[in-house]
Amino acid sequence: MPNSNAAIHLAHVSRHYTMGETHVRAVDDVTLSVPGNEFLALLGSSGSGKSTLLNLIAGLDRPSAGSILANGQDLATLSSLELARYRRNTIGMIFQSFNLLPRMTLEENIELPLRLAEVERADRGPRVREVLERVRLTHRVGHRPTELSGGEQQRVAIARALVNRPKILLADEPTGNLDSSTGEAILSLLRELQAQLGMTIVMVTHERPLAERFADRLATMGDGKLLATSAAKGQVQ
Amino acid sequence: MKARDLTDLALRNLREAILRNALTTLGVAVGVASLVAMLSLGVGLQQLAAKRLSQSGLFDTIFVTPKNNFRGMGRTPREAAESNKPPRVLDDDARKELAALPNVMEVNPQVRFFTEVRFNNKPFATVVAGMPDSSKNSGSFDGMQGNFFSSPAADEAILQIEFAKDLSEDTRSLIGQDLVLRYAERQALASSCNGVGGNETGEDTGGFSVVPKELRLKIVGIVETEPAAGYGGYGNARLLMPLQTASTLRAAQVNDLRDIVRDANAKKTTYASLSVRAKSPAQVETLEASIKKMGFAAFSLLDASKSLQTFFSVFDSLLLIFGSLALAVATLGIVNTLVMAILERRREIGVLKALGAADSDVQQIFFVEAGVMGLCGGILGVSLGWLLGRAITFGTNVYLRRQNLNAIELSSVPWWLVGAALIFAILVSLAAGMYPASRAAKLNPVDALRYE
Repeated sequence: MPNSNAAIHLAHVSRHYTMGETHVRAVDDVTLSVPGNEFLALLGSSGSGKSTLLNLIAGLDRPSAGSILANGQDLATLSSLELARYRRNTIGMIFQSFNLLPRMTLEENIELPLRLAEVERADRGPRVREVLERVRLTHRVGHRPTELSGGEQQRVAIARALVNRPKILLADEPTGNLDSSTGEAILSLLRELQAQLGMTIVMVTHERPLAERFADRLATMGDGKLLATSAAKGQVQ
Repeated sequence: MKARDLTDLALRNLREAILRNALTTLGVAVGVASLVAMLSLGVGLQQLAAKRLSQSGLFDTIFVTPKNNFRGMGRTPREAAESNKPPRVLDDDARKELAALPNVMEVNPQVRFFTEVRFNNKPFATVVAGMPDSSKNSGSFDGMQGNFFSSPAADEAILQIEFAKDLSEDTRSLIGQDLVLRYAERQALASSCNGVGGNETGEDTGGFSVVPKELRLKIVGIVETEPAAGYGGYGNARLLMPLQTASTLRAAQVNDLRDIVRDANAKKTTYASLSVRAKSPAQVETLEASIKKMGFAAFSLLDASKSLQTFFSVFDSLLLIFGSLALAVATLGIVNTLVMAILERRREIGVLKALGAADSDVQQIFFVEAGVMGLCGGILGVSLGWLLGRAITFGTNVYLRRQNLNAIELSSVPWWLVGAALIFAILVSLAAGMYPASRAAKLNPVDALRYE
């Protein structure tokens, strides 16, 4: 039975696919609940299925079996258009390689989800400024991503993910391309934003020490299966 | 996504690969230019032909003659009942009846006869036609050298340019000079027989003699069009004089011999043919039918103009097909450019989808990019096509002037052609964008995000 307080509830979720003659069980019968406002770290070695699971929660991929309830919506029943709307309004995503569009300025990159959500032009400026202030990058307005450091680029990506005020923030190895101190600063920022905005965060990482420090709970995966979940030890408040 | 944002993103994408997109757009422009240039020539030629024909004053005119039951040797005889019926005579009663028909502006007799013109003591054979005063405003005499007749009964002549060239190389110098018209005048024979043989002279005889006469005419103008072209027995008339003056000459005409042997109504003026002018060319068809019902033979150039329209429709279609070939090649360029763009922007498409773009948003971005290339190519192509048409006209006119011929307006780019070419360019470009746009929309976002 799904937890009624859960922002995300996965029930027996599998994602299988065939690669050549090999049948791959990228995610295999995972059942997991993530309560609202929780910061969950998905840990596991490379190929353990954590990124695939994140893509399933993001609605970028569909499970082969099982059901995913996110913010009250059963993703398996949504059409591709409804999934796009779900990604636009409920989910914010950040990536290891930032995925900013290099030909757009920082401001334009952040504005992109607002364009997709058809937010009025007059409302966009204040909303972009608001998230820029939250990630402390107002002094970099007008710059292009290539003119920013890795940490700054990830902060722009966070601002872009937050501009549509999502309920769930999904982070795929957000510190993977950053040095340890910058990575720490990014996670610290995420934690701060979560406290300010009240949202659920699911972060994929293979850096257990960082996860231990910043997440509320750890879920460890291996060979597509959920091996264990545990509370984080040294949580930063 | 809103249209403005969609266009903004598409334009930004086009600017990113400016050289490649500009070359593709140029390809579309060349395709549209060839199409516009071809069609502008077709339209120009059609307008030229229509203008020349309408200047002849024949499109609003119906030529009425008595029905002729004569069937030449070897020709199928008409039905017996018809051939036994005497044809209705074209006399003053008929003329009044024709003038009373609705939408008839005027009814004039056709006065045309052979003549020998003496100019500088040299003889020149040609055909004379009497022109009604109303023909001044028909458009046939627009742009003529000199002036129209000073009065409806003036002893004046207007020469058709080709005839004027026969008289003198310097045609302008002819204006103001005199020429002598030699013609055959009918003179009534003293007799008590029926008066036939007519043309408004009403000779009260059973026949007439033909006497050579002369009339001095002052050349007042030279016209490049053919205001008395083509119909009425003698072919094109090259010397024009006021109809009233021509009628009073009592020059022997083609129907005189026929009427003299026919048992026509006594003492009545008959006409070889009458020209009935309708108020507008649109009324010619119904008027022609009414005249035929009255028992006369009627002919207008409406049929000829319809044939002309059919010919130009086929001609324009062929030009359209050949002109479209270049555009078809250009569309392949659009497909190629957009497919390349998908490969280059694969990751970006994945990001857009992760941020919440629907398949239709991605599809529309590529569609707008194709449409913008089509629009820009269309605008550039129409301009290039117009320039090409002007260049062809210029080159043709240089050649014509060297041949001592008058310049012509060979190409024409009307507004409908501009609009149609732009719409066609956009539609063709959108069609070319369909495949790449659908391919981009169907990209799996997970695969696209993984793409390096």
